[in-house]
Amino acid sequence: MTNERYDAVVIGAGMSGLAAGIRLAQFDKRVVVLDRHSLWGGLNSFYKRGGRRFDTGLHALTNWVPATEKSTPLPKLLRQLRIPREELQLAEQSHSIVKVGAVSLEFGNGIGRLEASVAHAFPREIDGFRRLVSAIQAHDPFSDVVDASSARVRLGEWLRDPLLIECLIVPVAFYGSAREDEVEWDLFVVLFRSMFLEGLARPMGGIKTLLDALKKRFLDCGGILRMRSGVSRIVRDAHGAACGVQLDDGELLACERVLSSAGRVETQRLCDVPPQPAEVGQLSFCETTSVLSQPTRSLGHTATMVFFSTSEHFAYRRPAGLIDTTSGVVCASDNYAHHEFGEAGIVRVTCLANHAVWSGLDDEAYAAAKTQVAQEMLAAAGRVALDPRPWTSAFDMFTPKTIHRYTGHVNGAVYGSPVKARDGSIGVDKLHLIGTDQGTLGIIGSLLSGVTAANRHILMANQR
Amino acid sequence: MTSEEIILAIKDIIQTIAPDEDLSELKTDVRLRDQIELDSMDFLDIVMELRKRYGVQVPEEDYKELATLDGCVAYLTPHMQGKTLKVGV
Ligand SMILES: Cc1cc2nc3c(=O)[nH]c(=O)nc-3n(C[C@H](O)[C@H](O)[C@H](O)COP(=O)(O)OP(=O)(O)OC[C@H]3O[C@@H](n4cnc5c(N)ncnc54)[C@H](O)[C@@H]3O)c2cc1C
Repeated sequence: MTNERYDAVVIGAGMSGLAAGIRLAQFDKRVVVLDRHSLWGGLNSFYKRGGRRFDTGLHALTNWVPATEKSTPLPKLLRQLRIPREELQLAEQSHSIVKVGAVSLEFGNGIGRLEASVAHAFPREIDGFRRLVSAIQAHDPFSDVVDASSARVRLGEWLRDPLLIECLIVPVAFYGSAREDEVEWDLFVVLFRSMFLEGLARPMGGIKTLLDALKKRFLDCGGILRMRSGVSRIVRDAHGAACGVQLDDGELLACERVLSSAGRVETQRLCDVPPQPAEVGQLSFCETTSVLSQPTRSLGHTATMVFFSTSEHFAYRRPAGLIDTTSGVVCASDNYAHHEFGEAGIVRVTCLANHAVWSGLDDEAYAAAKTQVAQEMLAAAGRVALDPRPWTSAFDMFTPKTIHRYTGHVNGAVYGSPVKARDGSIGVDKLHLIGTDQGTLGIIGSLLSGVTAANRHILMANQR
Repeated sequence: MTSEEIILAIKDIIQTIAPDEDLSELKTDVRLRDQIELDSMDFLDIVMELRKRYGVQVPEEDYKELATLDGCVAYLTPHMQGKTLKVGV
């Protein structure tokens, strides 16, 4: 190994890896963040095509609160990272919609609009809904006690109409459930707060604004960022504890601790620990991005997000075929308070997809499938929100195969393994999972995961 | 370092961690977290900054000693002897 010994090696320059790196570098730890890809950001990144920047991920930043609010996850997180909120230039959503079967609900930032919408569509349920909201407000989302019971079942304590329950499950599942057909109660509570009690916003300039702020902060604190540096193996000492990593080109880096955002099964493989089949995530997505020749709102579609299921029995699972267009998300990235796109509009459609089917296709069939599936997805968007095709000036699309290629997540599983490791442990000493498979999802969740892991496993451990 | 300097040192650290808080009215005998929004993660940062700036180690079981500014002075005075105040770092 080289003489240099790091306090920590962080695998992955996604949200969680950069956040952990900042915390460590901020307090003079010797830390290197490694990523196999040439661009940082992980699942939430950006790329250029035809002179235009496309975001991957980022429909909405959750947990938006007014700048005066200090005690919720977003302000706490920014404080820990010492990134001023103004740097993110957050713009609020206009409003969003949940459509299940023939019913539709609206929500905005703060619970008011959703509450009014429930009162209108489900008048007999409104008292129960208010009690549900109070119960969620009282729940401590940062507690270490895990309540993995079924959210559908738990919601029955307050709500009688299964259709209303489904309306609440659809957006929450799409925003972060790694388990097929199920949302765990704890996760439901965290996501309900971050989407409905708090709210949705978008940094001006998209994900790049946030990523630039994170990267700058990390480098300013003295952290080392190495792109195109994939980890092929986690090195373990005679006692089995992690003590370094080996890169794809054979280089060895020695360290005190390894933090990995590669995912549970991916990290197990790096340690030569065979994963259990139940630990392998199955949920992946296709997403289309259509750039429109005029603002989306000028076409009569003013919502920011539309979460939909055409069936009253929402099937949140890997489809048998390429795609399932009976449910999904339609996001108009230009329907935020800022109007940074000028005269253009941007509409993105996301639906559940099957990684195995996509990766079984040869090049020609893959290209043909993309064209075919894109048409189905855009038509589906037209049935619930807006069909962007007549106004499209540029178009791109990714599949589960793309996600796997750029992030290494097995099966292109965006939300990772259904088995989360709250304490970050996969049974290897001095190795901690961060990000998606530590159990906190989405952009804010992953950032918090990196912060918490750095605090708990390294900064506080050093104080003892 | 004098008591006044220790208070200045702590306030400067808090201002780094929480730039949006107004610290001009802080009372020295009231718990900090009752006057401004500070949680346990922020207390970790105060301790980490003390270590970074002044080389002072505060073990986790002593965090409670730092609850008020007066508490900070009492606890830190022996540790800060002969150290120079660093503000605005
Ligand atoms: C289409 C889509 C839309 C989304 N929309 C939103 C949204 O609107 N709002 C929201 O909050 N969240 C959204 N998310 C979720 C969000 O992107 C993720 O929860 C979050 O980015 C996960 O961050 P992470 O750090 O856990 O992992 P990742 O982003 O997966 O980071 C892991 C990194 O590790 C690297 N890596 C893996 N293996 C190795 C190795 N062996 N060596 C070196 N590097 C390695 C990968 O290249 C990757 O960069 C979306 C995700 C997708 C895919």
